[in-house]
Amino acid sequence: MSEAFDLVILGSGPGGYVAAIRASQLGMKVAIIERERLGGICLNWGCIPTKALLRTSEIYHYMQNAASYGLSATGVGFDLAKITERSRKVAGQLNSGVKGLMKKNKVTVVEGSGTLTSAGEVTVTTGDQTRVLTAPNIIIATGARARDLPGVAADGQRIWTYRHAMVPPEMPTKLLVIGSGAIGIEFASFYNDMGAEVTVVEMLDRVLPIEDEEVSAFMLKTLTKQKMRILIGAKVSDVTPGASDVKATITTADGTAAIESFSHVIVAIGIVPNTENIGLEALGVATERGHIVNDGFGRTNVAGLWAIGDVAGAPWLAHKASHEGIIAVETIAGQHVHPMDKAAIPGCTYSRPQVASVGMTEAKAKAAGYDVKVGKFPFIGNGKAIALGEAEGFIKTVFDAATGELLGAHMVGAEVTELIQGYVIARQLETTEAELIETVFAHPTLSEMMHESVLDAYGRTLHM
Amino acid sequence: MIDITMPALSPTMETGTLSKWLVKVGDVVKSGDVLAEIETDKATMEVESIDEGIVDQLVVDAGAEGVPVGQVIMRLRGEGEAAGAGPATSSEMSGDGAPAITVDAPATALAEAPKVEPVAAQTPPTPPASGREDEKEGRVNASPLARRIAEAKSVALAGVAGSGPNGRIVRADVEAAVAAPKALPVTTENPPATAPLQAEESKAAAAPAPVPSPISDIPHEVAKLGNVRKIIARRLTEAKATIPHIYLTVDVKLDALLKLRGELNAALEPRKIKLSVNDMVIKALALALRQVPKCNVSFAGDNLITYSRADISVAVAAPSGLITPIIVGADAKPMSVIAVEMKALAEKAREGKLQPHEYQGGTASVSNLGMFGIRNFDAVINPPQAMILAVGAGEKRAVVVGDALAIATVMTVTGSFDHRAIDGADGAELMGAFKALIEAPLGLVA
Repeated sequence: MSEAFDLVILGSGPGGYVAAIRASQLGMKVAIIERERLGGICLNWGCIPTKALLRTSEIYHYMQNAASYGLSATGVGFDLAKITERSRKVAGQLNSGVKGLMKKNKVTVVEGSGTLTSAGEVTVTTGDQTRVLTAPNIIIATGARARDLPGVAADGQRIWTYRHAMVPPEMPTKLLVIGSGAIGIEFASFYNDMGAEVTVVEMLDRVLPIEDEEVSAFMLKTLTKQKMRILIGAKVSDVTPGASDVKATITTADGTAAIESFSHVIVAIGIVPNTENIGLEALGVATERGHIVNDGFGRTNVAGLWAIGDVAGAPWLAHKASHEGIIAVETIAGQHVHPMDKAAIPGCTYSRPQVASVGMTEAKAKAAGYDVKVGKFPFIGNGKAIALGEAEGFIKTVFDAATGELLGAHMVGAEVTELIQGYVIARQLETTEAELIETVFAHPTLSEMMHESVLDAYGRTLHM
Repeated sequence: MIDITMPALSPTMETGTLSKWLVKVGDVVKSGDVLAEIETDKATMEVESIDEGIVDQLVVDAGAEGVPVGQVIMRLRGEGEAAGAGPATSSEMSGDGAPAITVDAPATALAEAPKVEPVAAQTPPTPPASGREDEKEGRVNASPLARRIAEAKSVALAGVAGSGPNGRIVRADVEAAVAAPKALPVTTENPPATAPLQAEESKAAAAPAPVPSPISDIPHEVAKLGNVRKIIARRLTEAKATIPHIYLTVDVKLDALLKLRGELNAALEPRKIKLSVNDMVIKALALALRQVPKCNVSFAGDNLITYSRADISVAVAAPSGLITPIIVGADAKPMSVIAVEMKALAEKAREGKLQPHEYQGGTASVSNLGMFGIRNFDAVINPPQAMILAVGAGEKRAVVVGDALAIATVMTVTGSFDHRAIDGADGAELMGAFKALIEAPLGLVA
């Protein structure tokens, strides 16, 4: 006996559950299948609980530096178990929130592992029970998982992925973070602020390699000043867990190799899409480097089968997955006209200092053949930043000289993850430099730097 | 203020090119004055004013392509009316010298405004011509970036369909318009099957033909296609791609017809009328179509339309390209009338002055290349018509009369038929009727 729906969604992360809500709003009868917890990695094991941890390390940092604000704080310390507990509680709250949203939107939640058994049919297995769901349209939103080091699986003891690092059994004393993408840098920043001795190894020649080169250089300098040890152009091999430590061979940029001992290792070298055991092969679904190929509207090469989020390729970001889900559902409903524009997706790293960006880096814009106008404004020139005691960082803007299009914006410093949205909206509305220059920015705010950066690109900066 | 809009110069016209302004800002215009030249699918036409006033603003630049019918192209103000002031808002302005930014002025108020508005006491000064005309009235909903790119690429935003929220024109729309200037907006509406012309036009426009690039190492010139050439290219491609053509050829003896033509021309000389062979061919085809109504048809999707009048489109070579003026009701007209009309139409065609009703329609066509010595050819059907007659040169040929060779003036004609609508035997019957009328031509004058 099968159950018929208008839309079946496989996976309830920020791609899947948002798609389910939108489909319900458009009058579809929707089922969503989840094998673990509603909300997926993002709000159970990713974005949200790590933000809870990073808030703790940020406050801890301020407490340790209370004197610089004229405050005194003695006996500052922490309880790791309670820090983790708070983070889990935050995740739990949001997980219940998604349950409520599914109920409110009359989305049928099916717990279990779903497999496409034919086009338009998913079989869900829960223990020894099976349910067959049919729908003319099926969205694959199964996400991704951490990539393991070759030959050494993360065991949660001394070798961790993000998932272990979020619920540490003990505080690392000497931590090796392999990979300096957003996840690696966020954990490095957290544990560094909590007092661990942190080494970050990055294979490429800069940290946060997808960010603008000036941002990478600034982060290298700033994190190093925070006593973090960062090795760029370096490699890790022979990671060997022992009883009391884990040994790893680090080959630095100049080619010298040395065996070092760490208390723990965090592996943050990328992700692997979850494409196994969901019946993709039998249907002949096209993939590229493991990711399902879609057409920008979410369509795969198989009629009626759609793919969104991490499983459908970079950037591996929750908000990209959600937006892709909405595009796919609206396309199914015959509504959407614009495909995903990946250049309009902001990216944020919640380290201290924070990093945020949207669009092209200066180097990429030049490589794409644009004649660029670049503006840059430092936090030291902003009144609010000085008052906050956060005078480090800058905001950089890249414009197309020919059209005034904002090609990209790159920020590093306090609260920039909240600031970036101003530029994202500007890009979406297709403003040129003229509208940004004419906009009134409130004083005193960090946002004023966004104005000054645009003014600087056109040689009109006021406060430098 | 009086808004002058892009007129619909033909039933199928959706957009036009404003090829030339014949007035400038400040000119006094009387009813009947020619304002502009508009280039449509087939011809360049003059637009006359039906109003009086002073030219206040030329909203559309000369050369703007794809201006939709109904779009405001210029504005006239009444004598004494202030320049650039929207009457609906002028009284609401503070009069403090602020520029007349009437962005919020509802377009309907302007449209309903009386022709001549008294001067408002506190009329603000004329706003600077900052390229923001479209924001003052009839605001075009477009992103700033789309405006910049449109300006740089000389794209008239008014002719671009917006794909953003509420039809906002975004960068991608302008870029698409630059890439395919004739592309129509994405539409889910299917044109009605009873309007084959329009249906075919939108379909063809939405799917432009692949564009080969020139062979670079051969010296060459690249010329931008005029509207007429674009339409010819599109319609011929469309006709050949969608209509299964069948060709039926007959040889026709002309001697009797030539003899009759001599006699008729002698009789018509006092009236300064001279019949050509082509005029007689037009008449013969029209009569044949009435005799074989199965060939006087249009194939229209699920319907077959049979016409009870024969309007003959006649291919004329004009400087801008082929055009087909029509002899309406050629089956009922004396050949002397056909001759007079044809002469006038051909002249207008060569001067690019045909009115749309003079070249749109027709139930069948004649194309004659005999004067160039072409012996025989196959013509392409002009949809929604279902047949065209290709006429070769009349020439003396050896023919067999009885069992002996003889000399006769013979003309080879080939009919192209839309095989979806017309069976071979019916086409053959038409060709036979045509041959009979030419070879025994008294039927043409009866």
